[in-house]
Amino acid sequence: MSVREKPTRGLSAALAVLVAAAAVLLVPPAVGALTGGGDGTQLRGLRMLVPNSPGGGYDVTARTAAKAMEDAGLTGSVEVFNLPGAGGTVGLGRTVNESGNDRLVMSMGLGVVGSVYTNRSPSTLADTTPIARLTQETEIVVVAKDSPYTSLGQLVDAWKADPGGVPVGGGSSPGGPDHLAPMLMAKAAGLPPKDVNYVSYDGGGELLAAVLGGKVAFGVSGLGEYADQIDAGELRVLAVTAGDPVPGVDAPTLRQAGLGVEFTNWRGVVAPPGLSDEGRADLEAAFDALRRSPEWAQALERNGWTDAYQPGPEFGAFLESENERVAEVLRELGLTS
Amino acid sequence: MLDSLTHLMGGFGAALTPANLLFAAIGVLLGTAIGVLPGIGPAMAVALLLPVTYAFDPTGAFIMFAGIYFGAMFGGSTTSILLNTPGESASVMAALEGNPMAKSGRGAQALATAAIGHFVGGLLGVIGLVLLAPLVASVAVDIGAPDYFAVMVLAFVAVTSVLGSSRIRGFAALAIGLTIGLVGLDPLSGQPRLTFGVPQLADGIDVVIVAVGLFAVGEALWVAAHLRRGQQEVIPVGRPWLSRGDVKRAWKPWLRGPFIGFPFGSIPAGGAEIPTFLSYVTERRLSTHRDEFGSGAIEGVAGPESAASASSAGTLSTMLTLGLPTTAIAAVMLAAFQQFGIQPGPLLFQTEPDLVWTLIASLFVGLVLLLVLNLPLAPAWAKLLRIPRPYLYAGILFFACIGAYAVSGQAVDLLVLLGIGAVGFVMRRYGLPVLPAIIGVILGPDAELQLRRALQIADGDVTTLVSTPVAVTVYTVIALLLLFPLVRKVLPARGTPPVDRDREGTPV
Repeated sequence: MSVREKPTRGLSAALAVLVAAAAVLLVPPAVGALTGGGDGTQLRGLRMLVPNSPGGGYDVTARTAAKAMEDAGLTGSVEVFNLPGAGGTVGLGRTVNESGNDRLVMSMGLGVVGSVYTNRSPSTLADTTPIARLTQETEIVVVAKDSPYTSLGQLVDAWKADPGGVPVGGGSSPGGPDHLAPMLMAKAAGLPPKDVNYVSYDGGGELLAAVLGGKVAFGVSGLGEYADQIDAGELRVLAVTAGDPVPGVDAPTLRQAGLGVEFTNWRGVVAPPGLSDEGRADLEAAFDALRRSPEWAQALERNGWTDAYQPGPEFGAFLESENERVAEVLRELGLTS
Repeated sequence: MLDSLTHLMGGFGAALTPANLLFAAIGVLLGTAIGVLPGIGPAMAVALLLPVTYAFDPTGAFIMFAGIYFGAMFGGSTTSILLNTPGESASVMAALEGNPMAKSGRGAQALATAAIGHFVGGLLGVIGLVLLAPLVASVAVDIGAPDYFAVMVLAFVAVTSVLGSSRIRGFAALAIGLTIGLVGLDPLSGQPRLTFGVPQLADGIDVVIVAVGLFAVGEALWVAAHLRRGQQEVIPVGRPWLSRGDVKRAWKPWLRGPFIGFPFGSIPAGGAEIPTFLSYVTERRLSTHRDEFGSGAIEGVAGPESAASASSAGTLSTMLTLGLPTTAIAAVMLAAFQQFGIQPGPLLFQTEPDLVWTLIASLFVGLVLLLVLNLPLAPAWAKLLRIPRPYLYAGILFFACIGAYAVSGQAVDLLVLLGIGAVGFVMRRYGLPVLPAIIGVILGPDAELQLRRALQIADGDVTTLVSTPVAVTVYTVIALLLLFPLVRKVLPARGTPPVDRDREGTPV
């Protein structure tokens, strides 16, 4: 008898742990779903697809936007779910397949534009319905404090003289923002992108070690990741890639430093194709309202993001021009047909 | 250093307040559950809980996150040992000796060994964090691609010691692993390799899916194929506690693990996979019970588990002092810090001393809680194995599928899992060892990446591989390891006839 009872007890212990974990992980969103009451003007049942894993850039953007929309009473509870893979193109494929679904948006950004090419994705952003561009962040050109380069001009001269011997590191794989920025810089400097010795690191953290340790001649990365190291004087910013100088960063823009190019890493949302005019207008209105809400302003402040709002049609035109620019660079590198 | 101690005492004062204790307790409980559940890793758990914690003060949130991180390490070995189903890449090595132990009725001992190993590893790791953090930070950035590649070569040399009795079969298995490791986008050029146009394969096949497929699914199929014929005996559950002999064999590996785990955790070298593997082969080489390896040697559980937790402490150390995340969970925690308006990095110990020292003190508290929680649980968990085999393996398959699906929530991963499970079945049928294949998946992509990166940075100059002191040191160690058996063969050749080295227990 006791022999038969024991496995049950072991099982019930296991079950108890399972239930506890499930409760902690599942109850908060479920409760959220119940309490998302509305007054009829709200957008109900909105879902946000995040094409990378929890904690990644698009994920933080989506979860922050979802929370701000809920708090501002613009929507009912927003379900955020992750469908990572292939630099965001797996999620893109799903979005394109959900044709006509006007309660789904995908959080995305510049990285997805390049991934479409490097992953030979059958679905492209041209297939989606652009809803809004939300934020942007400048990229920075950084060197370690003991680097011989003190100005961008110096660096570019050395780079042009010996592109192979001046490796540039970035935290994204080919086609991503940290890869595109130095390629565009090279083009502006008259250096063929094919000659650029780009060393790809797995995210800004790994790149940071390489820059601090002088493993690469210079690094290109988003500003936000390195704010503290810059304040501490461990890193020197030679230039920001944005069109205008960035407050709080003592560095010229690329144009001011003599390279005729500007570049920002932006994020936005797109919806599936084939939306009705009404469905599309609802989504655009929701994100327009989000942009004007104090909750979103606070979220921008907290995350150190720059507002870069563009409504749907304008964002669509912008997507096209970015696509063109990215395609041209990748074509020269042989990464696309 | 005295300064550190004063701060630490202050930290303990803050960590032992009821609220923070509660956060630590919730964190370790959740972490253990997450570790036990396949598929949900600590990184995902922290990311999902992040929005919930906006309301807390940052100290409480981070105490909870750190608890989840360490708790997941403790819990992760449970499924690995009992069900041969590692839920996290850090616990793959625990399955190697732990599962055979469990099958021979020593599951409770394996779990207890793992729990104490995590405790000791975590403890020494956090002490390392207190004493060495600034030093580690300055060393971590000096280590570059040539050094990493040297370590990879060392790991590859070590692989030969896990190839099993037949070298040809061992290398064949390794080749299978290396091939699986090739799948995905080439990280340097962005070209797809072996993806057959399936976009879900572009990121490669997660090592957890490979490990679960080869270990759990392969074995379940194998057992299913033989169940009819074999005896249906229930796996015995032996005495619940560690015997004196067990402790005698395990204490050295427990203490050795952190010396491998902590340094590897603090450099950007892919988390706990490499150090746990290196710890495993180290214990295998040093053990006086070498013949038991593969069929349940306690040293093979103690060392890697201790190394795994110490590597988490190393990871935290680099993240706090440099703002440099060396694993996925550290990256998520870094994002969490930023959400609270705190920027980890060189200035953190000056700008937020209270937060940092309370966090460190709570790590100690969390480790004690985890040990208290997990040691008594070990015999209870071990009773799971009393379930009759058909149900047990059905459960294993169920958990394996959940785990594989949860990695990225894609049905394709289930097909990949079953495909790899079939490979695992065939490998068992033809006597190919499974372990070298797993090692191939772990090491192959890393070694390739570091070699190409080193050459790329040096613009194709091969001498760069031996241009740093660290690399030269590692290569010297490799040369010694390779030459040692030769030398030994030559020396005693005069008197004694050559003996079977694998059979003979003690080296030296």
